[in-house]
Amino acid sequence: MTRILTPLVSAIALLSAAPAFAQDHSMHGMPGMAPPGEVAPAQEKKKDKAAARPRAQTPAPDATSAMDHSQHQASPAPQGDAAGQPQPASPAMPEMPGMDHSQHGQTTMPGMPAMPGMQMTGTALPAGNAPPPPPPSDHFADRDFPGGEMARSRDIMMKDSGGNNFGQVLLNLFEYQAHSGRDGYRWDGEGFYGGDINRLWLKSEGEGEFGRGIDSAEVQVLYSRAIDPYFNLQGGIRQDFGRGPDRTYATIGVEGLAPGMFEVEGALFLSTKGDVLGRVEGYYDQRITQRLILQPRAEVNFAAQDIPENDIGSGLVNIELGARLRYEFSRQFAPYIGVSYLRKAGDTARLSRLAGEDVHATSFVAGVRFWF
Amino acid sequence: MISALDRRQFLRGAALAGGGAALSAWLPAWAQTISPGMRPTLPTVSGEDITLTIARQSMTIDGRKFRAIGVNGTVPAPLIRLREGQRVRLNVINQLEEDSSIHWHGLILPANMDGVPGVSFPGIKPGSNYLYQFSVVQSGTYWYHSHSGLQEQEGHYGPIIIDPAGADPVAYDREHVIVLADHSALSPQAIFRRLKVNPGHFNFQRQTLAGLLSGKDQPLKDRLDWGQMRMDPADISDVTGSTYTYLVNGHGPMDNWTALFTPGERVRLRVINASAMTTFNVRIPGLPLSIVQADGQNVMPVTVDEFQIGVAETYDVVVSPGDDKAYTLVGEAIDRSGMARATLAPRAGMAGEVPPLRKRPLADMKDMGMDMSSMPGMEGMDMSGGAMRGVDPTAEKNASARLATGAAAAVATMDHSAMAGMDHSGMDHSAMSGVDHGSMAGMDHGAMGADGQMAGMDHGGHAMGSMKMRDFSNAPQVKRDPSVQTISPMPVDRTGEPGQGLADVGHKVLVYRDLMALDRNPDVRAPSRSIDIHLTGNMERFMWSFDGEKMSDHHEPIPFIEGERVRVNLINDTMMGHPIHIHGHFFELVTGHGDHAPRKHTVIVQPGGKVTWDFTADAVGDWAFHCHLLYHMHAGMMRVVSVRPKGDA
Repeated sequence: MTRILTPLVSAIALLSAAPAFAQDHSMHGMPGMAPPGEVAPAQEKKKDKAAARPRAQTPAPDATSAMDHSQHQASPAPQGDAAGQPQPASPAMPEMPGMDHSQHGQTTMPGMPAMPGMQMTGTALPAGNAPPPPPPSDHFADRDFPGGEMARSRDIMMKDSGGNNFGQVLLNLFEYQAHSGRDGYRWDGEGFYGGDINRLWLKSEGEGEFGRGIDSAEVQVLYSRAIDPYFNLQGGIRQDFGRGPDRTYATIGVEGLAPGMFEVEGALFLSTKGDVLGRVEGYYDQRITQRLILQPRAEVNFAAQDIPENDIGSGLVNIELGARLRYEFSRQFAPYIGVSYLRKAGDTARLSRLAGEDVHATSFVAGVRFWF
Repeated sequence: MISALDRRQFLRGAALAGGGAALSAWLPAWAQTISPGMRPTLPTVSGEDITLTIARQSMTIDGRKFRAIGVNGTVPAPLIRLREGQRVRLNVINQLEEDSSIHWHGLILPANMDGVPGVSFPGIKPGSNYLYQFSVVQSGTYWYHSHSGLQEQEGHYGPIIIDPAGADPVAYDREHVIVLADHSALSPQAIFRRLKVNPGHFNFQRQTLAGLLSGKDQPLKDRLDWGQMRMDPADISDVTGSTYTYLVNGHGPMDNWTALFTPGERVRLRVINASAMTTFNVRIPGLPLSIVQADGQNVMPVTVDEFQIGVAETYDVVVSPGDDKAYTLVGEAIDRSGMARATLAPRAGMAGEVPPLRKRPLADMKDMGMDMSSMPGMEGMDMSGGAMRGVDPTAEKNASARLATGAAAAVATMDHSAMAGMDHSGMDHSAMSGVDHGSMAGMDHGAMGADGQMAGMDHGGHAMGSMKMRDFSNAPQVKRDPSVQTISPMPVDRTGEPGQGLADVGHKVLVYRDLMALDRNPDVRAPSRSIDIHLTGNMERFMWSFDGEKMSDHHEPIPFIEGERVRVNLINDTMMGHPIHIHGHFFELVTGHGDHAPRKHTVIVQPGGKVTWDFTADAVGDWAFHCHLLYHMHAGMMRVVSVRPKGDA
């Protein structure tokens, strides 16, 4: 309704001040409203002109000049009167001094003494459409100061305004794992250095059992590039360590924040032997309080083919599910406890069974998430 | 009335009165814990030859020692008191181990005196000096600060008062300077890095499961919707009271900086927001505030109960405390994570009642530039969402929250019920949204529909689909870049609204539309053209830019011809308010006041909103133009504006 009324009333206002005036009275139904004093008609006149003004250039001036009085009235305090008030409130405003007085009390009414300023001038005028000048080819300060000094300070200023590099090292998992058999440990972290768009990124994860050394571990060195507000495209090298042959892979993947505020990453790995692996992982930080945070986490690994020397079968390799409850003493230091479940799948599970190994394991974990 | 607290405060005041001089040697006279106020004759830094020395120092806030950068050994820097029409030479000596500078914020002067390294001059190298000299062509309340690196955050700021050449149109009996600031034990570089690598790092008032289960903040559906958009409605301030102590004249809230008055006097408070990152909501419970000046320019007096002051803005306020009692000046951080606090009292050693910190606001769809209410049937859809349900029970405030005094604190515990009661009886909700949404939105449609900008709007279906959060067809000039997280599909002029979180405080809050220049504007020509500038950002990466381009990757200035009058539309495509400042010029806000438009040097563009101003490009040179949130500027939200004589290039 508002939208329909607005142009309608504007149109009426265009034709003549008087009808608009009358209309406003009726619309407001303000009983006992004295006819406006001598100041009001001046304002009314201005309004009409404002309404009549071409609207092509920019919306703002029209909006503002049409609006201000209803706003004045609105801002002091919510008034029942304003409920659902359609746009004609603005032209009607001049008849409402009584109300405004009650609102502002002893104050000078901001709108009212405005009369001298309410002619069709200054900021009430519409903007033209002159072309912008071309940007200058020189730096003005070079006229007053040695060019070299200015160039140096300009470089610093530019770099200090969005061009700085920064970095972070984050260990999301850094934990002791208690499970049947030997207890073990697990880590999963990453670090980066660079600017907003281009970064050098390191990732590492691995696990082992106390007394048996590292089971599996990997380090990735990646170039990372921001490709949208939330995601980075990452490519580089992955090197595996641990039991079995130490493989090297070319890797490409994405990492970022998915709708729903899930931190996700996915990557493909191509080994020097031509084997292809895939991985998808994600976690979500559920704040229970400002500092107590539950992090459910999932990681799924795939393989395109059997890799017997690494005990990997083609297809789905394994699934790891975890839930970790941390307390952020500070944002950068948060001890946690949790549970982690690993299940081997498909051919990989079959290979494990043949080797007499468990295909699933449940661990209780305790660790610390930290970054610097 | 005389409680234990009062007695303690009294004893403490007495102790300070005794040892104050020794304890606070690093404070200028006007900022000493107990200030009798300034008289024109009071010795400050003034005259035609002034020397200012920038150096590292420490400062004590609420009994704790902090690293700082001061000028002439004080934080804030000394008050510079000048007179309109005089000539001044300011010799600035840099004793830091890095480049420094001073920018005279709001002063009209030649480009090479403006003090922005890399734009107006090369900066001041360690151990060297720069002689600023210029004629003082204006009067009013201004300030000065470093424009190098992040030094402003460390205390490198101070007030400027310029007395008018003729009679002052503002009548007052006594004056005080109120320099609001934020200070942290973290280095500014550390703050910036944390913002970059960990979004929400300083926010300890986020939405939690505990809040959901206790029925606070957004209901589940809204939370899921916002999560889907990857936006945090509790992201009100980037840096909060979790690391900041909020200062008045270099004093923490426990220090209780006290301004003296004699009952019946008209007291002029010159309020300057010199903080790095904090928008303050300022009020003095029990005293109406008569706003007489904004950004150093006289305005027709308007009386309010509270005003929001963006970083780098100034407001002069006249209050007339009639009673022989202490009043509390509250500068509440916009996210309500803490407050700056001072006392107005007839005698030293008094403390007024301190109100509790109010609940932190939540951003709504309008803050994302989606004015739902303009769609029939969707009025207030998202407005009521979290706003009236109370705040998360685990939300943390800084130490200033403990200041709330007896009676006031009792109210605080009843806060929600009291508020609700008030809301229902005193304030008609539908009326409120009618004001905001009905009229505002209607206005926007009226205005915009005509020029076809809303063509893409789905008028019939009012489906969400037509309101894409990142549709570059809504802002063709914006670069498609990771620094642009959102583009407001339907930004509205919010200069008639109180600032974020102040719509329902139950008393009169200043809005920009209340401001009218006392004198006719000096240039009342119509703008010959208009330009749009989009304020863009990505809260997840802490990237901030204009039109999707950071200062660091943009080398072309925004060009103007000398004498040209141009209309500038600032469109906020982000969910945060930005105080936008242009150097070397004043602009006239297009808020419906014709040739009495308020003149400002800095204006807050509310989240998802827009602000229009006209200005005359009359100062030849290159000038900085930027968001005055320090870390936003540092992240790239800056441009150079060039003004050249016609035909010069």
